Amino acid sequence: MAGDIQSLSATAAAEAIANGGLTRSELFEHYRIRAAADTLNAFTWVADVEPAPVDGALGGVPLAVKDLFCTEGIPSQAGSKILAGYCPPYTATAVANLEAAGAAVLGKTNQDEFAMGSSNENSAFGPVLNPWDHSRVPGGSSGGSAAAVAAGLAPWALGTDTGGSIRQPAALCGIVGLKPTYGAVSRYGMIAFASSLDSAGPLTRDVADAALCYRHMVGRDGNDATSVVFPEPIETPTAERLDGLTLAVPTALVDGEGIEPGVRQSFEASLDTARSLGATIIDCEIPSARYALSAYYVIAPAEASSNLSRFDGVRYGLRVDESNLDAMYTETRHDGFGAEVKRRILIGTYALSSGYYDAYYGRAQRVRTLVARELAGIFERADFIVTPTSPTVAFGLGDRTSDPLAMYLSDLFTIPMSLAGTPAISIPSGLSEGLPVGLQICGPAFSENRILGAAHALEGAIGFDGSVTWGGAN
Amino acid sequence: MAGGDLEPVIGLEIHVQLRTATKMFCGCALGFGEPPNTRTCPVCLGLPGALPVANAEAIHYGLMIGMALDSELAPVSTFHRKNYFYPDLPKGYQISQFDLPLCSGGKLGEVNIHRVHLEEDAAKLNHAGASGRIEGADSSIVDFNRGGTPLAEIVTEPELRSAEQVGEWLRLLRTTLRTLGVSDVNMEEGSLRCDANISLRPVGTDQLGTKTELKNMNSFRFIERGIRAEVERQRAIIEAGETVTQETLHFDPKSESITSLRSKEEAHDYRYFPEPDLPPVVITEEMLARAAASLPELPAAREQRYIETLSLSPETARVFAWRAELADYFDAVCAADQSLDPHVAANWVTELQGRLGDEEAEDSKVTAAALAQLAAMVVSSQVNQGGAKQVLDQLVAAGGEPASIVADQGLEAVGGADELAPIVAAALEANPELTERLRSGDMKPIGVIVGEVMKQTRGRADGKEVTALVRKQLGLS
Repeated sequence: MAGDIQSLSATAAAEAIANGGLTRSELFEHYRIRAAADTLNAFTWVADVEPAPVDGALGGVPLAVKDLFCTEGIPSQAGSKILAGYCPPYTATAVANLEAAGAAVLGKTNQDEFAMGSSNENSAFGPVLNPWDHSRVPGGSSGGSAAAVAAGLAPWALGTDTGGSIRQPAALCGIVGLKPTYGAVSRYGMIAFASSLDSAGPLTRDVADAALCYRHMVGRDGNDATSVVFPEPIETPTAERLDGLTLAVPTALVDGEGIEPGVRQSFEASLDTARSLGATIIDCEIPSARYALSAYYVIAPAEASSNLSRFDGVRYGLRVDESNLDAMYTETRHDGFGAEVKRRILIGTYALSSGYYDAYYGRAQRVRTLVARELAGIFERADFIVTPTSPTVAFGLGDRTSDPLAMYLSDLFTIPMSLAGTPAISIPSGLSEGLPVGLQICGPAFSENRILGAAHALEGAIGFDGSVTWGGAN
Repeated sequence: MAGGDLEPVIGLEIHVQLRTATKMFCGCALGFGEPPNTRTCPVCLGLPGALPVANAEAIHYGLMIGMALDSELAPVSTFHRKNYFYPDLPKGYQISQFDLPLCSGGKLGEVNIHRVHLEEDAAKLNHAGASGRIEGADSSIVDFNRGGTPLAEIVTEPELRSAEQVGEWLRLLRTTLRTLGVSDVNMEEGSLRCDANISLRPVGTDQLGTKTELKNMNSFRFIERGIRAEVERQRAIIEAGETVTQETLHFDPKSESITSLRSKEEAHDYRYFPEPDLPPVVITEEMLARAAASLPELPAAREQRYIETLSLSPETARVFAWRAELADYFDAVCAADQSLDPHVAANWVTELQGRLGDEEAEDSKVTAAALAQLAAMVVSSQVNQGGAKQVLDQLVAAGGEPASIVADQGLEAVGGADELAPIVAAALEANPELTERLRSGDMKPIGVIVGEVMKQTRGRADGKEVTALVRKQLGLS
């Protein structure tokens, strides 16, 4: 029975519970035991007991939640020493919506500190291992969520994506990750990294699970002034063909330096698959994409430098006692934050400083506007933009920790969509040297149903077998 | 700096706590002296993950203020973050406004308004220890009940020229805000707070000298005294040939001393940037129409009405209209007896206020109805001016009803020939020498006779009537 349970997607498990073939407690206990035995360091907290059941469409399917989400009475530490042991008095709207639909919180997953990173090596709670190769990173910042789903420690998980933090680890771990349209999912209770870019989304074994999870996440929230009403219900994707659809490839971007041949090959194969399903492939250009990474690394640190000011030792989290206020602030933040977080606070503080604002923050915002305009232009003649999700497969632990710029390049293909606030999904497109490669499919704002449909068709045709990792013992 | 007369140049920044039901960016009710940290939530405590949502009522109040100050209202207004660390600022930034404030320009009285913007109030710090400041405190505790209270910051142009003018203008502003009903405008309780930017320059020039900022003075009296003290301090510096340092100052009303809080070198770089958690506020026609419909009669209009409709003197009209409590009381007196001449009512309200000093008439023991009754009794000669003032003294001291006070204490006017004639006759009889002089046309002693009658009637007679009777009895008229 354990093997049978393990093979069920979240959608199938919810159906099995609804049909009486499986009890929610059996399912929860199955995953609770697996999560508690985690050897990947994917979890920072695992439930001791099943939460009180809630009736709903999700039928009690266990959910792993990235530590960036506040969960009432449960440690919510954002991968940071400064929040070690912090248990919030309230639950994030995205999590609460899923709980109200019947999801049961299984545990909290490890991440890069405050979601700053692309390898999950910036966690105060240690790095997460990639289930495909334990000497490699799972990607980040939602590395714990991606590894937990890929290793079958959880049927599905919540992540957050600011510049690629759902899509890139999903790609590196061989699973599906959806970054929604900005504002479609409430950010209330999601510990803020860069407010104008942060989005919450699902990491799942397959596209249908992503649609099911996402359906119960979206919605306008009175507690988030930037949240919006999603204009249509999220459907269960059923498409098997791509007839009449046009996929645009930003050739110059994809052909740029740093893309691994194996990734390139897998991407070309995906394009062939798309053609065979009836799609038309065209070239496109995102001229300002070459500035996008720089703009992102001004805007995101600028907002972060302000968002992280609340961690001052006064009300919660770490406090280093000192004889005066300034020393208390300095030592608390010195001890509480890791190197990458400090680096970004410094960059952001500098970028917002009087006299530099226009040159950095102002100019970065203009690049952002350009990127959004260029993507909108492409979507006038194409249904989707497709790229590899990451230029490389999972890299070795420690390989890039001493070179922040190399690390930042991990997000080269994902950042333009983050700047534009448009939705994108990463699905596994195959293997390169035995490691998963991700395909990114992006559409205009609120095109999630169409993206999920196209992803479903490609997923079926590609036939990637993720059970290599989630099917067995990790 | 060259010699010659120096004039103060003063600009004001006024923080007004808005009387909305809930805080600026969360659903917490405003605090009014509850136990510490009982009116808080994840948002106003700055907990991880919490987000602000702008209070529509605060924006409505902001628009009303802008309309009352004749400001230009922004079609689109944005919030910015003002970043700095302090324990009373839970997020490490204050949500305020920067380059697109809700209201720009405007005028109140003779003073031009620079801008009005919305922001959130800080929490309240209490420092244990001798210093009373965070430096050297044994411990400091934070009460977040006040944190997040909506504030309108009103900034004037630097057009005020004296402490007295500041005091008078602030009273007009306070009256305007009170009339709008958008704030309690209580300086002692901190719902109206004023900072002053002060510099001196030679009269007749329009250059600006180095300014200092005098912080957070919490009464009209302290503001005027603080500004006077700072003007004199700067004058002494300049006249000694030295230069004023740009700094933020604190006025201690007890010692009348001015101390530095921080100099320009220590000034913060607030790193303002647009608040990404709040979309721009788009001001719709509906919002403007609602704000316009909510505007009550403002002091300037009231002043006009008192002059044009009630024919009050311009001075009285202004004194009343610029002090809404007084004007409200005056209106109540007029309403209590509609047959009363507004001039007479105004005189008695002025008479009353003179006895009350800083206390408001409506808070006194003298009801508007009582004052109206007293005024009417004077008009109908039931009591004379002198008696009425005695009654007013008693009303101020203990309250009550004028008619019964007059009756109980026998203060009715003695009037009419029947009552007064024998008293006048007796007075003349008792003073034959003076009577003789009067008969011969020397009118000087008439005051003595009238005085005698007043003495006999204990001031209840009308002086004019007594004079007339004296003349009549001596066959002089």
